Amino acid sequence: MSEHVDSVKTYTAVWLILLILTGVTTGVAYIDLGAFSVVIALLIAAVKMLLVALFFMHMRHSTKLTQLAAAGAFLWLFIMMAFTLADVWTRGLVGTPGR
Amino acid sequence: MNTAAIETQENYLNAGYGLKSWLLTKDHKRIAILYLITITIFFFIGGIFASLIRIELLTPQGNLVSSETYNKLFTMHGIAMIFFFLIPSIPATLGNFFLPMMIGARDLAFPRINLLSWYLLVIGGAFAIFAMLAGGVDTGWTFYTPYSTTYSNSWVIATALGIFVSGFSSILTGLNFIVTVHRMRAPGMTWFRLPLFVWANYATAVIQVLGTPVVAVTLVLVFCERVFHIGIFDPNLGGDPVLFQHMFWFYSHPAVYIMVLPAMGVISEIISVFSRKPIFGYHVVAFSSMAIAVIGFLVWGHHLFVSTQSVYAGLVFSFLSYFVAIPSAVKVFNWTATLYKGSISFATPMLYAFGFIGLFTIGGLTGLFVASLGFDVHVTDTYFVVAHFHYIMVGGTIMAFLGGLHYWWPKITGRMYPENWAKLSAAIIFVGFNLTFFPQFILGYMGMPRRYHNYPDEFQVLHVLSTAGASILAIGYLFPMVYFMWSLRYGAVAGANPWGATGLEWTMQSPPPVHNFDEIPVVTHEVYDYSTVVKEGVEVG
Amino acid sequence: MAEQAHAPVESLALREQFNTPEQQKESSAFGMWIFLVTEVMFFGGLFLAYTIYRNTYPVVFGMASTSLNAVIGALNTAVLLCSSFTMVLGVRAAQLGRRRALVIFLILTLLLGMVFLGVKAYEWNQKFVEHHIPGAHFHFEGAAEQGPAQLFFSLYFVMTGLHALHMVVGAGILSWLLYHAVRGRFTAEYMTPVDIAGLYWHFVDIIWIFLFPLLYLIDRHMR
Repeated sequence: MSEHVDSVKTYTAVWLILLILTGVTTGVAYIDLGAFSVVIALLIAAVKMLLVALFFMHMRHSTKLTQLAAAGAFLWLFIMMAFTLADVWTRGLVGTPGR
Repeated sequence: MNTAAIETQENYLNAGYGLKSWLLTKDHKRIAILYLITITIFFFIGGIFASLIRIELLTPQGNLVSSETYNKLFTMHGIAMIFFFLIPSIPATLGNFFLPMMIGARDLAFPRINLLSWYLLVIGGAFAIFAMLAGGVDTGWTFYTPYSTTYSNSWVIATALGIFVSGFSSILTGLNFIVTVHRMRAPGMTWFRLPLFVWANYATAVIQVLGTPVVAVTLVLVFCERVFHIGIFDPNLGGDPVLFQHMFWFYSHPAVYIMVLPAMGVISEIISVFSRKPIFGYHVVAFSSMAIAVIGFLVWGHHLFVSTQSVYAGLVFSFLSYFVAIPSAVKVFNWTATLYKGSISFATPMLYAFGFIGLFTIGGLTGLFVASLGFDVHVTDTYFVVAHFHYIMVGGTIMAFLGGLHYWWPKITGRMYPENWAKLSAAIIFVGFNLTFFPQFILGYMGMPRRYHNYPDEFQVLHVLSTAGASILAIGYLFPMVYFMWSLRYGAVAGANPWGATGLEWTMQSPPPVHNFDEIPVVTHEVYDYSTVVKEGVEVG
Repeated sequence: MAEQAHAPVESLALREQFNTPEQQKESSAFGMWIFLVTEVMFFGGLFLAYTIYRNTYPVVFGMASTSLNAVIGALNTAVLLCSSFTMVLGVRAAQLGRRRALVIFLILTLLLGMVFLGVKAYEWNQKFVEHHIPGAHFHFEGAAEQGPAQLFFSLYFVMTGLHALHMVVGAGILSWLLYHAVRGRFTAEYMTPVDIAGLYWHFVDIIWIFLFPLLYLIDRHMR
């Protein structure tokens, strides 16, 4: 894992991009984009997460297995969210008998 | 070396004496023994509650204990049995003991974390026992809100804390197993040479790691709501109690597979050894464990059919629930196919395996009944459901646990158990189990609700039958306790491989040495290859 | 390897259950990743509750969210990102066996973590002043539905609280690392604790990367 020693330059660049993205996401929040403000905010957050994971957590050097484990976590998070939302979004479309 | 008296052999049991050598051990084998003692205690605690429940149900009037006490009895029975016995049962004892040996490793990847996980179970268990002694908890083992957060006047916090802590014990065991299976296999031990018990424990570990944190955070929310009255699931503040049920069952349905997958692994080992044939369709059985682990996460909504869960979500959950039956049935068919033209011997572990296959099939098929929306509305919260999950958990997991314990007892202790007594008790347990729980299917179908201690007179005959069965079952469980203890001193010396089994754990002396292998073995044979096995040790019927 | 197996001499870089230092290093890192998977699911439950309630009460959640101070939130995010930067430089220093640099970067990371927690404490105190603490004295001005507003703040406190708890644990780990780094326990050959502590610290950072927009930002345009 630690065979790869990245340069300070790479880390500094990633750090600066992360700070800029924080500024951008805060600024964009004040602009009315309707439903897209959520999308944009989450997209920027996802990019920041990837930057931290790939560079700071050395995921780009890590084994396929580790990458699979991380992907699995998000897949399961998605399963939990998707099925619960599937219930919440379709609740009450059919009347409850006796009510 | 194998015929030498085990007292003079250096092994993990005589490597150190005194309490300290056990409580500070990092040896996975000793930790497994610690777990075995701990969960046996909880099994008997849960058993005492079960006995009281069955005695109360002898009469329809509900005149032994008050309704409040009865609520506490079934709650604490469930909590002791599920969180402190069934969940750790096979993985933390047999899995802990044998997984490293089976893959050719000297220990688990993180021995100190392994010890920590046992301490977490003990600490969590201490909280639970404290709650039981202080006055008990009456929410049902499911902690449904808002009753648990707002209205229950019992020891919810202490119990929830106990389950929270023991949950981390389960997580750490799973973490350890995953890393060990990935990183510690001996040279030549490829994925498809792993014994099926290892596959089953690996699949279980995946569920433990992905599911348990969710119930942990759910209990944190219940804790916050009850202590600070902040109302996350409180309908008075617009909170959604059904969300609690979603989060709870996201873990607690897969938790059923935490209990039964390792049991299936044990059965695969036993069936193969005692029919002296490789498991029919090894790859399919291995993959079916993984399939159960994955599909098991997609079906939790079938516990919410009569809540306000959307009918559409219910349809999807019902549909997906049927899918779990496929890998489960694959296993049953493959075990049966393994028996075909096998050289079958009816040793005690095999009797338990037969018991498992029959009872698990009944439990699994009735699972399909309750997975269908319409029928489930009829039997929700009746004894039908109670009977169904006891067929899986008791008829499945405990049968396999006892079968595995008998199978590996010679390796764990170096001694044979008394075969005739063991066969007798296996028979008693099988009869007692069916007499206890089969009448409950009928009771439930007739409309006897669970969690009530008084009932209409016409149900009494079936309840009396069930209680009679429970008494037989209790006697059946006491037998092994006694003769296992007896065998520690008086049992025949077992030798390295009394069953003529394959698998690396049988290549070493019984009981095994501290570091398992003097030299890490190189695996050259396929798994369950009986052509190369040398049977060493006493002859057993 | 075979010699080591016969005479298991334990060292930090090679515990007796492993065959090679590489195997140990990979196992430790993979173990930490699996732990982080459990953390994803742990926080995932909170994100699920947040998603469900925000979906059910979009207007009240928007109002409640807007009452948080986004500038402070953004600055605190920056502080945390800086701490991740110093942490990764610390890991790099450990990889290269530079003890002095490792100690300095660990101290910086610890300080930045403390700044973050300090700002968080200031924010929580503000909530207290504004009666935005869920409970009997909760009052959110301007909202017709006090219940859902309280739900937002309940989630706010549980989520930021559990995040802060992870930060405190992280600070404890950093202090432990610092103690051993000063004593020269970590070398280029054995720096696994620094490596996996780094993974943990960055993960806690990632949780905040999502908490910040979800709690502070996404409904701000509605004002």
